[in-house]
Amino acid sequence: MTSSTDSQVLDTAITPGISAPPKRRVKRKTWQTALWLLVLLVLTAVVLYPLVWLFVSTFKPNSEFGSNPGLLPESPTIANYLKVAEGIGGVPMWRFFLNSFILASLAVVGTLFSASLAAYAFARIQFRGVAIFFTAMIGTLLLPFHVVIIPQYILFNNLGMVDTFWPLVLPKFLATEAFFVFLLVQFVRQMPRELDEAARIDGAGHARIFWSVILPLIKPALITCAIFAFIWSWNDFLGPLLYLTSPENYPLPIALRLYNDQTSTSDYGATVTASFVALVPVLIFFIVFQRFLVDGVATQGLKG
Amino acid sequence: MSTTAIERPGQRAHKRKETLAGYGFLLPWMLGFFGLTLLPMIYSLYLSFTRYNIFQPPAWIGFDNYVRLFTNDPQFIQSAQITLIYVLVGTPITLVAALLVALLLNYRDKGAGFFRSAFYAPSLIGGSVSVAIVWRAMFNSSGPVDGFLSSIGINLGGWVGNPSLVLPALIILAVWQFGATMVIFLAGLKQIPRELYEAAEMDGASAWARFRAVTVPMLSPVIFFNLLLGLIGAFQVFASAYIISRGSGGPAGMTNFITVYLYKRGFADGQMGYAAAMAWTLLVVVAIIAFILFRTQRSWVHYSGDTR
Repeated sequence: MTSSTDSQVLDTAITPGISAPPKRRVKRKTWQTALWLLVLLVLTAVVLYPLVWLFVSTFKPNSEFGSNPGLLPESPTIANYLKVAEGIGGVPMWRFFLNSFILASLAVVGTLFSASLAAYAFARIQFRGVAIFFTAMIGTLLLPFHVVIIPQYILFNNLGMVDTFWPLVLPKFLATEAFFVFLLVQFVRQMPRELDEAARIDGAGHARIFWSVILPLIKPALITCAIFAFIWSWNDFLGPLLYLTSPENYPLPIALRLYNDQTSTSDYGATVTASFVALVPVLIFFIVFQRFLVDGVATQGLKG
Repeated sequence: MSTTAIERPGQRAHKRKETLAGYGFLLPWMLGFFGLTLLPMIYSLYLSFTRYNIFQPPAWIGFDNYVRLFTNDPQFIQSAQITLIYVLVGTPITLVAALLVALLLNYRDKGAGFFRSAFYAPSLIGGSVSVAIVWRAMFNSSGPVDGFLSSIGINLGGWVGNPSLVLPALIILAVWQFGATMVIFLAGLKQIPRELYEAAEMDGASAWARFRAVTVPMLSPVIFFNLLLGLIGAFQVFASAYIISRGSGGPAGMTNFITVYLYKRGFADGQMGYAAAMAWTLLVVVAIIAFILFRTQRSWVHYSGDTR
């Protein structure tokens, strides 16, 4: 999974024969390293500034949003948090959280279920048509969603599913997010076939091999998929905007839109604070699972 | 692959069993592919030749939607223009920034992991409504960006309400999310055998020459991958433009990306046939860009045969 080990393997495979100066580490001057560090620290400060600004601003009273362009609040307050807890449009904040959480959890379950089945079929079963379907799956990776949202909306509307979670959850159980299928196919292909063969000799069919040989082996990839499926669902805006109409069904992004669209511009504090609160679960995920996330990106080309 | 000359009955039974298992495992994906992707695509192509508002059955009007798009809808022309500017300016800048930072991180391993993670964070949240709201607040008049620029003597005022600055603000938001691309570049850089650099160095190649002659060709498959997915992804940006303009596409239509305009026409105005024509126009544009990229690939993308 980690690309660094790959490259090490590659390196040691090539180098040993050659006179191999074992530690040909370039001796870098201290000032060069210091400059390197300085440049990166400045860059980090710039890149992370919006997040720092967001966090600090949640403690600014409303009145300071026009008048105090500085980073720190002059008279810090937690009034914004109390206001946000009450929610918006007659719906308390916890409800939006709960909706987001339900949607994201179902997205994880659906994605793991459908993408792992499809990946096993693509990677391990030889049957007529598999090559065409695989090409089609790769094609959907590049397909802009615009061409399907209108017919999908009509379909779900005809099924009476508008203003329910179905249109947002059902596609996840049907592996429409091709990235996950692709990632798992790549991963299953890396697994040694000898294990399958051994299981087959013991009389196991595909179902058994899938469940007790392949799934345990690809656990790291499944975790990566789960994290991304959760975060993508958590951040999704267009889907809920199209399908959910009653405020008690709204997930966080649509609730944030209510804050953002308020015509009374006075409530900057609450808007910014609600934005921050909605980001917290993603930031926690990021801090806890950053290795999985970053390595998932590095090895599979998954974007954020 | 077992296409042996003679098939014994047992083998045929085995083959049938494999086919059955294959389609069984693939069933959820196939339902999604046919039901939610392929048939909807075809249906939206049909709708693009109709007038349809979801309440009455679609009425066939031939090419009228397309004619209207290109000859009689200045909003669409502007929408297409700003979308193309956003995609064709934002994506290359993001790629260059990502490559530069990746080169910087590749200079030294110790400590690079922290920066790699820190720079990646924006990619994870950049498309969210939260970040769009932050951007709106930061680039508003009296926001911190304006405050900083004023303090060094540049008085631009708010970017969000300024038709000539709101698109740059969105492009900066796109560039801010360089991290995922950077991580992919960095992984690619780590795969380049050090021997190539050592050989080039022995030949007296300067740092720039090494970059041109070793790094770029060896990295070209990764550059291609990032360019293709970056361009396609940029066409689909919706939340940030929608939130920054509070759903209006303004000021002066400068955030009315094709996604936003399609949403407004199709779902707010109920012109679903017209919106479908827009969607198919976009699909054709994306396909042409992908086609050009794949065609030019041979001249600049270098695959070293056995990498995977």
